[in-house]
Amino acid sequence: MPDKKRTVRVPIGPQHPALKEPESFMVDLQGEKISSVALRLGYNHRGIEKGCEERTYMQDLYLVERVCGICSHSHATAFIQAVEEIAGLEIPRRAKYIRTLIAELERVHSHLLWLGVAGHEIGFDTLLMYSWRDRELVMDLFAELTGNRVNYAMNTLGGVRRDIAAEQFPHIQKIVDTLEERTKYYIELAMTEETLAQRLSGVGYLSKEDAVRLGAVGPTSRASGADRDTRRDDPYAAYDELDFKVITDDRCDVLGRAVVRLGELMQSYSMIRQILKQMPEGPITVKAPLKIPAGEAVSRYEAPRGEDVHYVRANGTDKPERVKVRAPTLANTQSVAKMLEDGYLADLPIVVAAIDPCFSCTDRTIAVQGNGDSKTMGWEELVQYGVRWYRDRGVDPSRIKVRGDESA
Amino acid sequence: MSEAEALVDQLVAAFPALTGRVTVQRAKRVWIDVDRQAFPEVFRRLAKDLGFEVFCMITGLDEGADLGLIYHLARNDGLMANVKTRCPKGESMQTITSIFPGGGIYERELIDLLGAHIEGLPEGARYPLPDNWPKDEHPLLKDWKPKDKGAQDA
Repeated sequence: MPDKKRTVRVPIGPQHPALKEPESFMVDLQGEKISSVALRLGYNHRGIEKGCEERTYMQDLYLVERVCGICSHSHATAFIQAVEEIAGLEIPRRAKYIRTLIAELERVHSHLLWLGVAGHEIGFDTLLMYSWRDRELVMDLFAELTGNRVNYAMNTLGGVRRDIAAEQFPHIQKIVDTLEERTKYYIELAMTEETLAQRLSGVGYLSKEDAVRLGAVGPTSRASGADRDTRRDDPYAAYDELDFKVITDDRCDVLGRAVVRLGELMQSYSMIRQILKQMPEGPITVKAPLKIPAGEAVSRYEAPRGEDVHYVRANGTDKPERVKVRAPTLANTQSVAKMLEDGYLADLPIVVAAIDPCFSCTDRTIAVQGNGDSKTMGWEELVQYGVRWYRDRGVDPSRIKVRGDESA
Repeated sequence: MSEAEALVDQLVAAFPALTGRVTVQRAKRVWIDVDRQAFPEVFRRLAKDLGFEVFCMITGLDEGADLGLIYHLARNDGLMANVKTRCPKGESMQTITSIFPGGGIYERELIDLLGAHIEGLPEGARYPLPDNWPKDEHPLLKDWKPKDKGAQDA
């Protein structure tokens, strides 16, 4: 029974200690142990769903791609699949394979990114340096294949925008070989390194019952023993033609979540090889209408963090009536409070980081509260406020010379 | 018989009022159109007895006088059941948090963005709009327009 008198409430966030994205935790502490956690989300709400209703399907595709900076292909594909289902479009097999190739490369870069962040959160920065070095290989490959490191814009209504030439296959193959070797080393590390196991075992415990009850998705749920993966259970793109295993683990803790993601990396390498081997010949798009007939569809997509769900309702015009997006982090944050309970405050960063959260960024306004009145600041005003703030403290930003700007 | 068709039969046998209102869109997609009064019982049956233990999300729609609500559920074999119902604006729906404790955040989203009323929702912070956002402004309603579009960019 928590002793109310000795409970200390610590507000953490919205500027989060573990991430570059905002969310707020109200943590009740009994000594060093967390007795309860209340979450506040929504600091990044950008009104993308409303924005989608005012734009055409093709514009929406680019907007939706910007829901997330890491799994941009995931959201774009989930959205466009729903639109294609309503329009009755069957995309060419080659387009399905290219979508799947980009999807698995995205998973590789996302999981390697996570591995580095997880290493950093437990003070193992060597792992951060190693895995982010490896991730660069994928990022450079993206630049070669799509023209961009993030927001690849590979999808279009009825297929993909760019073909991948057979001459590029050996290079993809070579990078996958390199990454596979390195991932094997990380797996060995996770399985044998005593300090890593001691730091992560039993931390952020989430039982299978709680994972199911609270709606956890992706590697978070699979590390609690839930055998679910949209790629296998409700296949889309080319997944029904690929051979892969769904990785699960019954450790139910942060170590389990690391083991699952490392296992998934190995599966992704295998899938990429199969895609290169089986890539069908043929066109990469079918002709698509600008106006989409009235109808509705739900599309599910196994993003690196878990399941993306997109709902689209069309009304016969070139703009959707409604677009609804559910990103995996919203589903997983429901379990975070449970994972943190009875744990130590010092474990909070790694436990939160272990669901691989992603609260996308870029708010353009700020609300300043004080003495009961609140006001909204625009960008210019915010800049002026910042300049004044520094000037009051003896720093004059206007005197700072910017390289290349000699007139200042 | 496919899994989807089997589900249609099970539902119609349990709820004769659903005859003709359960449709199979494709192998893994079933749509169920249910009245608001019958919704809690149908929803509970799906979640508790028919294996739909994956709660995906709630979609809210502005359909004029009504709010359209679609509760997206899935089963471990990948079959997805989309339960559609309508609630007149101003009237309230029962919370689903007694069945899916993680569902509260989706209901809060309906409250903020569409002005839905949810009965029995545990206390908690609003989502996703800021704390100082006016209580009576719901951006996803079709007639909602930003009051001063220039204010934020000025």
